[in-house]
Amino acid sequence: MDTILFSASLFFLFLATLHYLLFLVYRNPIVPRVARYTLYLTFASQLGYFLSRYLKGGMPFGTNMYESLVFFSWCLVTAYLVITIKYKVPVVGAFVMPINLILMVAAALLPNKGIGEIPPALQSNWLPIHVTLSFMGDALFAMAFGSGVMYLIQERQLKRKRPGALYYRLPSLDVLDSMNYRALTVGFPLLTLGIITGSVWAQYAWGSYWSWDPKETWSLITWLIYAAVLHARLTAGWRGRKAAWFSIIGFAAVLFTFLGVNLLLSGLHSYN
Amino acid sequence: MEILIVGLSHKTAPLDIRETVSFSERNMEEGVRSLVACPSVAEGLIVSTCNRVEIYTATSKKKVEEAKSEIIGFLADFHDVPREKLDPHIYTMSGEECVGHIFRVASSLDSMVVGEPQILGQVKEAFGCAASAHATGNILNRLLHKAFSVAKRVRSETRIATSAVSISFAAVELAKKIFGELTGKTVMLIGAGEMAELAARHLLSNGVEHIIVANRTYENAVKLAEEFKGSAIPFNELAQQMELADIVISSTGAPTTIIDKKMVKDVIKRRRNKPMFFIDIAVPRDIDSAVNEVENVYAYDIDDLEGVVETNIKTRSKEAAKAEEIVVGEVGQFLDWMRSRESFPTIVALREWAEEVRRTELAKTMKRMEGLSEVDAKRVEAMTESILNKILHRPISRMKKAAHKGDEGEVVGMVREIFEIED
Repeated sequence: MDTILFSASLFFLFLATLHYLLFLVYRNPIVPRVARYTLYLTFASQLGYFLSRYLKGGMPFGTNMYESLVFFSWCLVTAYLVITIKYKVPVVGAFVMPINLILMVAAALLPNKGIGEIPPALQSNWLPIHVTLSFMGDALFAMAFGSGVMYLIQERQLKRKRPGALYYRLPSLDVLDSMNYRALTVGFPLLTLGIITGSVWAQYAWGSYWSWDPKETWSLITWLIYAAVLHARLTAGWRGRKAAWFSIIGFAAVLFTFLGVNLLLSGLHSYN
Repeated sequence: MEILIVGLSHKTAPLDIRETVSFSERNMEEGVRSLVACPSVAEGLIVSTCNRVEIYTATSKKKVEEAKSEIIGFLADFHDVPREKLDPHIYTMSGEECVGHIFRVASSLDSMVVGEPQILGQVKEAFGCAASAHATGNILNRLLHKAFSVAKRVRSETRIATSAVSISFAAVELAKKIFGELTGKTVMLIGAGEMAELAARHLLSNGVEHIIVANRTYENAVKLAEEFKGSAIPFNELAQQMELADIVISSTGAPTTIIDKKMVKDVIKRRRNKPMFFIDIAVPRDIDSAVNEVENVYAYDIDDLEGVVETNIKTRSKEAAKAEEIVVGEVGQFLDWMRSRESFPTIVALREWAEEVRRTELAKTMKRMEGLSEVDAKRVEAMTESILNKILHRPISRMKKAAHKGDEGEVVGMVREIFEIED
């Protein structure tokens, strides 16, 4: 059942991504509507996927790479759906959903999809809390990344004074900057709580709050990047281009913490 | 029924001719009434704008030529112009061509400035006036409503009307791309000049709330500020007050630049990087072009704005091709409807005949029934209705199908022969 639901969500996400990209080119109002509804279906089938895996055996996410990717994808879909309630700019989907689709395709290609033994260290109620907080934070950073990229494109067109094809499609700089800021102000506390819960859990599981495991180090680096940009926004009135660049750099750090560390560095967080 | 258009527009007639035959709000209703008083005009409506006077009518297929001549006669008589004077400028269309034309007019594809938004409202008003004078019927009602929905599709599915084709509108659009909503924003107007004032006016009508006016002659500033309900400042306070402004429009006669990069850098710092939009309409320029390099500042001079307008015009003509596709598709659909209407009289006659048979037979039977409760009587009646509907369903849907394909003649003819339906 969970394999069927996974395939379904991959299919729906593919359709949604396709329509978000089409939305850049076509103005037909049906396109964004199809995109949104297929995204609802993605959301629902991923939720069903977690449920069926939970019923099969224990914790449905965060115990291996495959599950983590699907869970991150779901967080991203959720974050997108929530943020676009306030900011009605479906075009951001064209910048965020392709990343999401790549993650889901990567998950599909992973060899280890079984529901194996949960490693003893992960058998804890802290797992869902820690993982949900961290991934929700990361998903909001992905939204900040998307709006940052859009900001840079739109800003460039305005500075160069030559409206290109995307000029009409992209929202105003003000909306993009405010969406970027909003995503950061929600994402940052989530990441902070994710790190704190992780640290508390580490005390129970490994006997130490902080052990400079690569994942811990990299999440601290990520945290510092976002802390810096939020601080600069509040005190030095940073906005616009600089903030956009930093949310792109920050998201690169997020991806490295999430994927790079697992693939390239070994440490306590390496579960495949 | 046939649709018929008689009219003249900016493409065929000079302004003085268009003026003589135009209708105003005052005489429009009277015009529509005397139009439909023409014996061969079944339905009618008049669209009158500064660029066109067009009369849309529905007439019987056999009377198209008569109707044309009657309508031209009406136009000449109503405005007291000799017919010969109008003839060379008038065009007429009938049948399929008309549907596409009306769709194009409503979608602003036939306008002088393609994509200008007023025409749709004007057509809607014309239709409203004709409808309230009971001059329109089945065909024009359907046609015009379709035209409105086509126009809506064109607006939402193409960018035909989204890009500004005048400098002052281009400025408003750019401001919206920078600030989003303009509500609560402040504009500073330096110097005076027709174009600068026009741009300011457009900004105000798009939500900008405050206006600060600076002028070398303080009295002029005060005068202009009063006109805009804004505030005037002395020219030497320009640099200090500039931080209050989100948008700065400059058009002074100064021989050299009055706003330079250093000044703007300073202002932006005091504004804590809140973005600013500079519009330089003066020649020679008032604003140093290096100002555009300052972070969060966008400075456009008149050439830049013209560049934007030019790109927009190119986009519009590209979008017009897309709009044309939409129109062609919708014309096809409308013509299908027109054709299916042709078989209507036969369908109606068939239904009427069958209904009559049903009623007589039902009445006969009911008279002979005894002790039938009211509920049961209703049930029997319902049964006769449903038998009728089931039997008629097949020939009727066959006729409709043939009509959609455009070859209803044979099928409809056969049905008429079998059921002995006469005209």
